[in-house]
Amino acid sequence: MFKLERRYERSRYAGLLVTTGSLLAALLFCAVILALAGANPWQTYVAMVKGAFGGKYEFSETIVKAIPLMLCGLGVSVAFRMLFWNIGAEGQLAMGGFAASGVALFVPQAFPNLPSWLLLPLMVVAGFVAGALWGMIPALLKAYLKVNEIIVTLMMNYIAVLWVEYLFYGPWKDPKGYGFPGSALFTQAAWLPRWEGTRVHGGLIFAIVAAIAIWLILARTKWGYEIRVIGENPTAARYAGISLARNILLVMLISGGLAGLAGMAEVAGISHRLQKGLTVGYGFTAIIVAWLGKLNPGGVLVVAVLMAGLLVGGDQIQITMGLPASVASILQGSILFFMLGGAFLTDFRVRWVSRARLPAAPSLAKATPEE
Amino acid sequence: MFDVELWVSILAVTVRSGTSLLYATLGEVLTERSGILNLGVEGVMIMGAVTGFAATYHSGSAVVGTLVAMVVAALLAAIHAFLTVSLRADQTVSGLALSIFGSGLASFLGQRLGPAGKPLVGLIGPKFARVPLPFLSDLPVLGRSFFRADALTYLLYLLVPLIWFWLYRTRPGLHLRAVGENPRTADAMGVNVTATRYLYTIVGGMLMGLGGAHLSLAYTPGWAEGLTGGRGWIAVAMVIFATWNPLRAVLGALLFGSVTAVQFRLQAAGTTIPASFLGMLPYFFTIVVLVFITWWETFSKRVGAPAALGVPYIREDK
Repeated sequence: MFKLERRYERSRYAGLLVTTGSLLAALLFCAVILALAGANPWQTYVAMVKGAFGGKYEFSETIVKAIPLMLCGLGVSVAFRMLFWNIGAEGQLAMGGFAASGVALFVPQAFPNLPSWLLLPLMVVAGFVAGALWGMIPALLKAYLKVNEIIVTLMMNYIAVLWVEYLFYGPWKDPKGYGFPGSALFTQAAWLPRWEGTRVHGGLIFAIVAAIAIWLILARTKWGYEIRVIGENPTAARYAGISLARNILLVMLISGGLAGLAGMAEVAGISHRLQKGLTVGYGFTAIIVAWLGKLNPGGVLVVAVLMAGLLVGGDQIQITMGLPASVASILQGSILFFMLGGAFLTDFRVRWVSRARLPAAPSLAKATPEE
Repeated sequence: MFDVELWVSILAVTVRSGTSLLYATLGEVLTERSGILNLGVEGVMIMGAVTGFAATYHSGSAVVGTLVAMVVAALLAAIHAFLTVSLRADQTVSGLALSIFGSGLASFLGQRLGPAGKPLVGLIGPKFARVPLPFLSDLPVLGRSFFRADALTYLLYLLVPLIWFWLYRTRPGLHLRAVGENPRTADAMGVNVTATRYLYTIVGGMLMGLGGAHLSLAYTPGWAEGLTGGRGWIAVAMVIFATWNPLRAVLGALLFGSVTAVQFRLQAAGTTIPASFLGMLPYFFTIVVLVFITWWETFSKRVGAPAALGVPYIREDK
C-alpha cells in the first residue's frame, strides 16, 4: 500500500519543477476540454498569447487589466494571510467605484474649477474609505459575533453590484445618454493621467506603492508579525496576547480599501463614468492571483499580469475565433486546481510499502464485534 | 384582509423557488457531515443547470437531462474530493476554485452546446411540467401550493425524510457522522474514512447538480448566463442555519423561498421600490439569518458544525 510521509524540508528546485508541471498539466487539461468542445486548442492558445503579449498595444491592454487585479489581489492576500477569507473584493471594488464617481460627479458642481491635484486625491480617499467600510461590515461580524466571513462577503458582493446598477440605471443616469446605462462623463480634472498612446493609467502607480507598503508592513513591522503569527498558528497568537478582533478589523480596512481603490482607478482611469462593466469579476480572479502569488506582494504583481494576460487573450479569441471569452476563467480555475494538487508533491513524499512488511497494528475493529 | 388566493400563490412560489436551494443545501449537509467543506456549490449547481438543459434539449427528455446533470455534478465533486481527501489540499481554496471553474465552464458550454455549436440562450426545450397529485392536490391551501408541483419537487419530498433517516437511524449514517466528528476514532472503529468522504462529497455533488437541473428544467426552463444567481452560496449559509440537520434545512429553504415570493408579489403589484432593491432582498436576508443563527448558537453554547469539518485526515500523523 501507499504510505504518506510529510516533507519537512522543501527544496526550491522541486517547488519550481512542481509549479511548471502544474501549469503544463492545467494547459493540457483545458486543451482536452477545448478539443471536446470542437475548438483547436493549439490555435486557441497561440491566439491568446499573441492577443495578450504579442505587441506593445496588446501588452499595454494586459497591464490595464492587471491594475485592478493587482490592487484587489494585494488586498485579498493580506486578509488571506491571517486566514480571513475575504471573497468580497468584487463588492468592495464596486463601492470604491461608486464613492469615487460620487465625488467626481458632484464635487465639481459645488466647486467648479477644482484642480485635478485636489479632485483626484479626494476620489482616492473616497474610493479607499468606501471599500474599507464595505469590508468593515463582515470584519465586525466576524470579530465580535464569529459570523462566517465567506458567506457575508459574498452576499455583500451581490448587494454592492445591485446598488451600483441602481445608480446608473436610476438617479445617476446620464440625462443626455440616450438611455445608455451609465452616469454622465466626469470632468477632465477627474481623469487619471495615462501613458502616451495607451490606456495604462496612474492606477499602476497605486498598485506598485501598495505592494511596497504591504511588503514593508508584513516584513518589517510588529503588526505584520502579528498578522503572520495569526495566520500560521492562531493558538500561539492567542497565548501571545495578540488581539484577533483588532487585527481582523485593521486588516480588512486595508483589504477592502485596496479593492475600493481598484474601483476608483477603474472609473477614473478607464471608463470616466460609472457604468455597466465596472464589475466584471476582477474581485474573484483576485482570489486566484493572491493564492498563486503565494500571498507575497511581489508574487501578486507578477501573477496579476499573467492572469490579466489570460483575460485579454480570452477577449481576443472571442473577437478573432468566435470562442467564448470564458475560456480564460476555465483556464484560471484549472490552473488553481493543478497548483493545489501539485502542492501535495512538495508537502508529502509518497512511498510504496508492501503490505507484508507493515507491522501488524492492533486492530480495534476486531475488538468490537459487529452487531 | 385575509386573502386565500394571495396566500396560495405566495406559498406556491415559495415551494418552487425553495426546491433548488433545498437540493443544494441537502447536498452540502451530506458533504459537510463527512468533514469536507465544499464551497464549490455554486459552480456545481450552474454546471448541473447548463448540462441538464443541453442534454434535455438534444435528447428530448428531461429525465435524461437530469441524469446527465447528476453525472456531471458528481464528476466535479469528485475533483474536489480527490484534491481535498487524497491530496490534502486546502478545502476553502479548492472549493473556491471549483466555483470559479464551474461558472467559467458553464458560461463556455452555454455558448457552444446549442444545435451546431450555437449558444443555448433563448432555446426552448422539454421541461418538468407541474403535475397535480390526485387527492392531495385537492387539500385546501396546502394542496394547491405543495401538491401541484413538478417531479423534482416531489422527489425532494421523498428525499428529505430518507436522508434524515439515513443520517440518524442507520449504521452507515452513524459512520458518516463519526467520520465528520472524529475521523481517528472512526478509523479505529474500522470505518474507511477516505471512502466515506469521497462517497458523500460525490453524492452531495449529485444533489447540488439536481438543484441546478431544477432551475433550468422546471423553475425557469431554459438557459441564461448566471442562472443560479448565488443560490449555491446561499445554500452554504443555509447549512449553518439548518445546523447540519436535513429537516431544519427544509425550514431554511421555505424561509428563503418566501423572500423570493414576496419579492415577486411586490413586483407584480407594481411597487415603487426599485427592482435593484428588491433583488437585494435574498442576499440581505441571508446575512441577517446567518448573523442571527450564529449569535444564537454562541448564546446557547451549542455548536452544530461537525468537529472535523475542514480538517484533512492523515493516518500517519500521530
